[in-house]
Amino acid sequence: MSTVRTETVNGRKNSQIKNDLNDHDLSNVDLSTIDWDNLADENGHFGIYGGCFASETLMEAIQELDEAYNSLKNDPEFQASYDNDLRNYVGRPSPLYHAERWSKQLGGAQIYLKREDLNHTGAHKINNTIGQALLAKHMGKPRIIAETGAGQHGVATATIAARLGLECVVYMGEVDVERQAPNVYRMKLLGAEVRPVSSGSKTLKDALNEAMRDWVTNVDNTFYCIGTVAGPHPYPSMVRNFQTIIGREAKEQCLEQTGRLPDALIACIGGGSNAIGLFHEFLADLDVKIYGVEAAGHGLATGEHAAPLSMAKPGVLHGNRMYLMADKDGQVVEPHSISAGLDYPGVGPEHCLLKDLGRSHAVAVTDDEAMEAFHSLTRIEGIIPALESSHALAYAMKLAPTMDKDKTIIINLSGRGDKDINTVAALEGIKL
Amino acid sequence: MSGRLTECFATLKEDNRKALIPYITAGDSNPTITVPLMHRMVEAGADIIELGVPFSDPMADGPTIQLACERALEHHTSLHDVVDMVTEFRQTNTTTPIVLMGYLNPVEAFGYEEFAKAAKECGIDGLLTVDLPPEESTQLVAVLKKYDIDPIFLLSPTTTEDRIGKIVHAGSGYLYYVSLKGVTGSSALNVDEVATNVAKIKTQTTLPVGVGFGIKDAESASAVAAVSDGVIVGSAIVKIIENNPDDTDTILDQIGALLSSMREAMDK
Ligand SMILES: Cc1ncc(COP(=O)(O)O)c(C=O)c1O
Repeated sequence: MSTVRTETVNGRKNSQIKNDLNDHDLSNVDLSTIDWDNLADENGHFGIYGGCFASETLMEAIQELDEAYNSLKNDPEFQASYDNDLRNYVGRPSPLYHAERWSKQLGGAQIYLKREDLNHTGAHKINNTIGQALLAKHMGKPRIIAETGAGQHGVATATIAARLGLECVVYMGEVDVERQAPNVYRMKLLGAEVRPVSSGSKTLKDALNEAMRDWVTNVDNTFYCIGTVAGPHPYPSMVRNFQTIIGREAKEQCLEQTGRLPDALIACIGGGSNAIGLFHEFLADLDVKIYGVEAAGHGLATGEHAAPLSMAKPGVLHGNRMYLMADKDGQVVEPHSISAGLDYPGVGPEHCLLKDLGRSHAVAVTDDEAMEAFHSLTRIEGIIPALESSHALAYAMKLAPTMDKDKTIIINLSGRGDKDINTVAALEGIKL
Repeated sequence: MSGRLTECFATLKEDNRKALIPYITAGDSNPTITVPLMHRMVEAGADIIELGVPFSDPMADGPTIQLACERALEHHTSLHDVVDMVTEFRQTNTTTPIVLMGYLNPVEAFGYEEFAKAAKECGIDGLLTVDLPPEESTQLVAVLKKYDIDPIFLLSPTTTEDRIGKIVHAGSGYLYYVSLKGVTGSSALNVDEVATNVAKIKTQTTLPVGVGFGIKDAESASAVAAVSDGVIVGSAIVKIIENNPDDTDTILDQIGALLSSMREAMDK
């Protein structure tokens, strides 16, 4: 059942979604008329979002990537090797698990967890890195680079690089090197070189800056494997297509287990890859409510958060236009989240458009709420979630009690929490 | 097209000289030094000034200009401040063209129309936004043209003939050829390759072509000037500020001396 999703060009043009900075109000668009598989135009514009805002020195490499991806995405042989890896190397399909005890405790809707934490390497990130690494190999690039926040994308890249015999360099902010130490060691064991980044806020956005600089300098032999649905076109669409397997499996499993579609979907949003992976298959099912959960950090009112969809205006960074946390002068603001994977000031362009269309709802939970959810799921279901995923769980703790017991919610449990035990222990004053 | 840039290149051509185009980041190492430094650079032989607009995430820049941005941002130097600096500069210099160079987001935050209007009023002649390829530039270019501000675009060794066509069509004033793969401040400069690529660009346009990245002394400046219409010097100048952040006199003297030596070598 795992195939690389292709964008069928089926006539409907979504002409009501304009790429015009002076005229992009979408509040009156009739959602039933939208072709959800083709939200972007051929140059990756999701309305005013997305696009390709890259320096000239990168344009050739980006076009080369776009062409290679376009020629491969419908190639049966490429799909077959991707499918095979997802099944036999990653362990797909991942289960959809009815968390009965937790549902009962919350006292409302039935909660189903899409268990991306059970994938090889412990998160959804591997779905994407396998796709991109196969592409790199096909393009004859012997060297693969990546940025990482939580380290999950770095580990997933280092893993597939090891298996395909590619040289691997991972950029990681110094703050994250510290708080995700187990993943740093895993990457090293896998043969990757981890380069700590000390500029700016020393987190994910700075790692991305540094990876871009590496790519410009080494375009000839290097493939840049971006870990989320952001960056210059074609990354947001390509990474989404590698992640939509999550939603396609979940839909089938939900129908199988409950006999109907879910009432709501919840996923955490850093750049947005696990979220779009779950959401995309359900976009046309307008009765399914969609919630993207951002990191409210110390609280939205404090300004110390990582919640651009909830709080920011459109801006341009890292090759695309998106909701971007910036000050009045356009300088990017340093975000804050307890979770390294959500500690990013922007969000993928497709999520920005979905928000503007009113198809998805942007919500946010604080560090403390995420911590509470982390402990709750661990103690009641015996599943230790990643701190990123704990944000999705925390929102479910608010939403489920407001819904009837015969309603269902699917939460993307995007990763496991082993990598976070140092952070959690430190917060609790425990020395490991 | 802005009068000042056209006139500048026309005069240079008449005199059989090439443009010397220094880059500094506005507000580096502090905002008070910028305008005096601009005047000193003109005295030392600069024909055009590229004034960097500091940005929090200068993705296309190497460590030297990253640090310059950080120093300028410690003083919160904004695009509004840059406009004020140019206003001050124009009180005594109305002829030297000024091109702002930076990233798109500060311009978006300012507002395209508001920026172009302010730029025109204070005497800014061109704008180069590093992360805005011509494909994405339609709206901004239309606004800039309305206010006679030249949109300056980059070309690189990897730019295909097809894209050269698009870029020379979208740009005006001059074109900025990036002499090597990599970020600003990289070193390996291959003058033969520059000559070949500039010639290739020239088959598609009559716009002047300036060359930047990797020019650091009189020798490289004169070599590149010989095969192009102008040389752009960035990191070598910014490095002087980095080495003497609190010493205004030394900064002015050393940058003045570097540019004079380049001017002399280029005019030989
Ligand atoms: C487990 C997990 N979930 C979520 C994220 C956030 O990324 P995205 O929003 O792209 O899914 C990360 C990123 O590192 C992660 O490791």
